[in-house]
Amino acid sequence: MTDIYSNARIIDPATGFDDMAALVISDGKITACSQDINTPDGANIIDCGGRILCPGFIDMRAHAVDAVAAPAGGITTIILQPDQNTMIDTDAVVERIRRRAEDGGSSRVYPMGTATQRMEGVQLAEIGQMQQSGAVAFTDCRKSVANAQVMRRLLEYSSYFDALIVQYPEDASLAAGGVAHEGETATRLGLAGIPVAAEAIQIERDARLAEMTGARVHFSLISARESVDAVRTAKKRGAKVTCSTAPHYLMLNDNALEGYRTFAKVMPPLREETDRIALIDGLADGTIDTLVSDHDPKSADVKRLPFAQADHGIIGFETLLPLALAPVHAGKLELMTMLACLTSAPAKLLGLETGTLAVGAPADIVIFDPDRPRRLSVDDLLSSAKNTPFDSLPVQGQVWQTIVGGKTLFRGEP
Amino acid sequence: MNTQSTTPHPYPRADVDPPSGSLFPHKHLLGIWNLDPTTIKFLLDTADKYVDQNRQARKNTPICAGLTQINLFFENSTRTLMSFEIAGKRLGMDTVSMATSSSSIKKGETLLDTAATLNAMHPDVLVMRHADSGAVKLLSEKMECAVINAGDGRAEHPTQGLLDALTIRRRKGKIHGQTIVISGDIAHSRVARSNIYLLNAMGARVRLVAPPTLLPKDIDQLGVEVFHRMDEGLKGADVVMMLRLQQERMKGAFLPSLREYYQYWGLTREKLACAKDDVLVMHPGPMNRGVEIASDIADDINRSAIEKQVEMGVAVRMACLDILTRNLRGGEMQ
Repeated sequence: MTDIYSNARIIDPATGFDDMAALVISDGKITACSQDINTPDGANIIDCGGRILCPGFIDMRAHAVDAVAAPAGGITTIILQPDQNTMIDTDAVVERIRRRAEDGGSSRVYPMGTATQRMEGVQLAEIGQMQQSGAVAFTDCRKSVANAQVMRRLLEYSSYFDALIVQYPEDASLAAGGVAHEGETATRLGLAGIPVAAEAIQIERDARLAEMTGARVHFSLISARESVDAVRTAKKRGAKVTCSTAPHYLMLNDNALEGYRTFAKVMPPLREETDRIALIDGLADGTIDTLVSDHDPKSADVKRLPFAQADHGIIGFETLLPLALAPVHAGKLELMTMLACLTSAPAKLLGLETGTLAVGAPADIVIFDPDRPRRLSVDDLLSSAKNTPFDSLPVQGQVWQTIVGGKTLFRGEP
Repeated sequence: MNTQSTTPHPYPRADVDPPSGSLFPHKHLLGIWNLDPTTIKFLLDTADKYVDQNRQARKNTPICAGLTQINLFFENSTRTLMSFEIAGKRLGMDTVSMATSSSSIKKGETLLDTAATLNAMHPDVLVMRHADSGAVKLLSEKMECAVINAGDGRAEHPTQGLLDALTIRRRKGKIHGQTIVISGDIAHSRVARSNIYLLNAMGARVRLVAPPTLLPKDIDQLGVEVFHRMDEGLKGADVVMMLRLQQERMKGAFLPSLREYYQYWGLTREKLACAKDDVLVMHPGPMNRGVEIASDIADDINRSAIEKQVEMGVAVRMACLDILTRNLRGGEMQ
């Protein structure tokens, strides 16, 4: 069985290829990608109508496997965070999640294991065994490993397995009790603040530990200008640090909290306009390596509460592409750079064979229209919950088809 | 006319009521933040009339007879709760009070469930206090009746702001141009926030004096001057408002001790000498004598307006209840 995706603008951030061409898929693998293709008999030809075809998105930070929503957002690989009902902290849990995902019919799911046992930050988790069972990285998710000695040992130990340690950059004691960015908005609304320094301090400390141990550290979500500066400086010094941010930090600042809107309550908190701009600049100059959705479906029951009591979290699978395209359309970010943050960069960090259109790679691809104007609407979203502050936002860009291992999982309107 | 009902509203609904001819163009009283000077003046003028009425032997005017007022307090309070109860009773309301110990919140009921339950009882005014900022606003979105914020977290305490303003206006003749110092735990104070918004709206010069640990970030962006030293902040002040210091602040490493706090930020006669001779001293109560304020100043009848504030409190709350129920009473004007 051979599928030929023709008349597509093919972009492969792994090689920098960007041209009109056709892509051939057989037996779930990419077999050719070029401008002139000999059509074999019986091949199924799909006209992409000039849309962009690129590797499927790898979402490095999702808190739920939203099996319907992920393909609708062009996400072909979900990196599941360990903060599940059953915490992913042993090889048995890793295996169970891998097996359930392999049943097929959905995007690929790779779990991250915990970095320390029970995410308590005291004893190291069984990194070797979890890695053997299929865990792609190790993190305490929304907790940072606070103790510097534990973090040092964690980095030293994991470097033996070349395992990636993902740190949530937040100094817990500085952030304690905070629910919003410490600034004018939080002061006026009477909300306890989380200072920017809580994030920057953690990044600076862990960058030093990365240098000291020679190990890799990835910061799971950064939200502030000072954090971008801290990562940029550490990279210049040669520390093996990388970091992610999420599209909502590129779209919103803490003005979104006005009226105590809990849909804008996220961790780390939305910060100020200068931070928002610095994050886009950080993506553009390569300081920020990957874009993640931080997809976290939350029911209205835990969101419709007083701000301090409400859960944080936002759904992100289906808004990932249109929101990430916004700075591209605004001329602040190259399309190739943005797509690399969603494909080749996370693949390289996690050692995945996807995220590329190379011949022989698994046929995980997404085809999307980058310009199509529309209004986001919660009624159209397929996510298991609707906690998003982006309802009725005018955006551009829509996923047309999502293909995992040669199988079309999502097909939008023609 | 285009009546496409399916078109979603492009922006979230603004937190402002539509303009109307009304002197109080709001359904609820949730804070001072969204009130304009004309509206504030209308509230103060109405309260002024009730001050006079409250000094007569017969204090009640049953203009609100038949209406139901529920006081829902999720946080301990005696004086504010009692002040609202007396205010309601003097207007002839049926007042019911529910304090936190008897509430079902402890049984796990959410705030919005509580709102639905109360709604079904058809109250006409709901007065609410809650420990979380924004909680009263959240509840007001589900209530059909008028809601008065009696204090939410660190955010707002509008009737306290109004009663402080009324006290100043009656003693000083005006608010405009007065130099007013607010001193104490600004970071955790809803009273400070409501007062900052109100006094700024009415054209006062607002100064804050507090140790750096008790000042929230970027507070200077709210249009106030910030001082750390009492003598500098009090220089030439017309009014000084002291805030209550919660004893728990020692545990969070905000302050080393009450003794040291009193030495640097407690209001003593010596520090007060920096202010104008006719300076007015205020405190929202309950006071910690010898912590934020010296006893002899609190009891100085020429300077202290602390008891006056309590008196103004009842009048202000009567005015708020009166104004918010006018639509139910055929909109008659007093």
